[in-house]
Amino acid sequence: MTFLDAIFASLSALRANALRSILTMLGIVIGVAAVVAMTAVGGGAREQVNQQIKSLGANLIQIVPGNVTSSGVRMGSGQSSMLTDDDARAVVTEVPSVQVAAPVVRGAAQIVAGGTNWSTGILGVMSDFFEARDWPIDQGRDFTTDESQRGGQVALLGQTVARQLFGEIDPIGEQIRIRNVPFEVIGVMGRKGQTVFGSDQDDVVFVPLQTARQRVLGANRAKNRSVNQITVKVRDGEVLSVAESEIRALLRQRHRLREDAEDDFQIRNLAEISATREQSARTLAMLLAAVAGVSLVVGGIGIMNIMLVSVTERTREIGVRMAVGARPVDVLGQFLIEAVTLALIGGILGVILGLSAARIIAGAAGWPMLIDPNIVVIAVVFSGLVGIASGLYPAIRASRLDPVTALRAG
Amino acid sequence: MQPLIQTESLTRTYRMGTETVRALVDVALSIEAGECVAVMGPSGSGKSTFMNLIGCLDRPTSGSYRLEGVETSTLSANELARIRNRRIGFVFQQFNLLQRSTALGNVELPMLYAGLPPRVRHEKALVALERVGLTQRKGHLPLELSGGQQQRVAIARALVNDPAVLLADEPTGALDSVTSLEIMALFQALNRQGATVVLVTHEEEVARYAGRVIRFRDGRVLSDVRQSPRDAAADLADQQKAA
Repeated sequence: MTFLDAIFASLSALRANALRSILTMLGIVIGVAAVVAMTAVGGGAREQVNQQIKSLGANLIQIVPGNVTSSGVRMGSGQSSMLTDDDARAVVTEVPSVQVAAPVVRGAAQIVAGGTNWSTGILGVMSDFFEARDWPIDQGRDFTTDESQRGGQVALLGQTVARQLFGEIDPIGEQIRIRNVPFEVIGVMGRKGQTVFGSDQDDVVFVPLQTARQRVLGANRAKNRSVNQITVKVRDGEVLSVAESEIRALLRQRHRLREDAEDDFQIRNLAEISATREQSARTLAMLLAAVAGVSLVVGGIGIMNIMLVSVTERTREIGVRMAVGARPVDVLGQFLIEAVTLALIGGILGVILGLSAARIIAGAAGWPMLIDPNIVVIAVVFSGLVGIASGLYPAIRASRLDPVTALRAG
Repeated sequence: MQPLIQTESLTRTYRMGTETVRALVDVALSIEAGECVAVMGPSGSGKSTFMNLIGCLDRPTSGSYRLEGVETSTLSANELARIRNRRIGFVFQQFNLLQRSTALGNVELPMLYAGLPPRVRHEKALVALERVGLTQRKGHLPLELSGGQQQRVAIARALVNDPAVLLADEPTGALDSVTSLEIMALFQALNRQGATVVLVTHEEEVARYAGRVIRFRDGRVLSDVRQSPRDAAADLADQQKAA
């Protein structure tokens, strides 16, 4: 009996009980579909997160004001800005691994341009911020040194703001008003896209740091030199955690914190955020893999169950085959191939179902779909192995039947 | 010349719980090539056990069985399967055809296990179906065939590997009398063409068409008688004339 004959025989046996075969396959189909869909969607989502992190800059550190304890009352973070321009300058001059330390003040305001208006975030920055974030200016020019120092009334628009206020019109040279203060648009930033957290990075207007303090974000900011955050870019090849601890030591010293005092600032590392997300993605993947594994095991048990039923039902057939010359190994092969065929068809259907599901999910969520061809191969091979594992015992039982007894079976 | 089938002190016992059932005791028989033998006896007489043993479906508890001079009691399961495949053709009371396969597919089955290539299988199966007069029905499933036709397919399947002996276990037990006669006429025709036929039956009418009748009782040979067989084809013609 050639292998091909055996496959045809098993297909005909499976077709004879088509509904039962399909129901038996279902466990494998669902298990494999889950694995394939999960890896395709998960891979796509991870790829997207990675791209977003890359767009933020992987070697970025954010320093933000931290908790302040005043007479035992812990104020919320950002309640009191304990970070200043001078801190930023100190970080960049005294920590050698730091390339840029850009001070940032932040606020929100309504912007009016001609007849239209748009509410957006205002970031007061100096030119070094664009260097820290690797954020090129798409059209127009950067702030001049003079504008930065004297608080020039010039603005750089994010892509979203430019589109909302000016549509197709070239905004450069146009006037906008921020809190009734007139600004001249000197440039439009390049596109940055969404953050990891889903907010639009292009919905922003940049003005010089001094201008933001004096004219936009309220008088109370003008009297001190506080900033909302310092964006630090670490030199390529430097270890983030080392730079981080150096910065921490420097700032604690500058803020004259006692040995046992809490930091009055926080250092956030984007790589850490991405690692956390990676970790949670991995946990989710493992959870889904466990579900898929359980489903495959259950599917395998289903196949074993049906094969045992089949061996019992077809005892007479086995007897006839033995009477006309089937060796025990022929009978073993027949039932094993049947189980493997069942599992493989289930596996292939599962791959098809999984990929379709991934396409639908990815389409609905707006993620890219990333199919690893290895996963398809692994899924099919694995379902074949499930077929062997679950078919072996029933097949051995069939092959060990006594021909005389088997022939007498109803 | 050595006999085709030769048994000496052939014994088969079964253990049923604590009791030991002696199904066959010290049977010494020989059957020559070309004979047509009817094995008779009431149920429990040991005739089926005898048939299973000479068909290599079962192994004796003790004693010896030689088929074409080969001692079979020491062969492995695989070697016995090979003998069943090449040297023995079985015909059963319930036909035992594979329901999912066509007549042709059923006849090809033994050759599948003999490892013959598809074209040879196909050709030989057609020849065998022609010998039993069923060429027209080769594409039909067993359920689409009458009992007599199914039994002819089974006989074609038994013949197809040119076995040394055709073993038929109550081959007419599920058939009406006219069809039975047709099947017996077929066995007689095959026997005249040189096939050795061993029929197990409990019907005296069937045994009349054999050239030798061996009767079993309580696991032993009761009698072993040669006779001149009736001609099944002639009886069939008479019956049809009468009708």
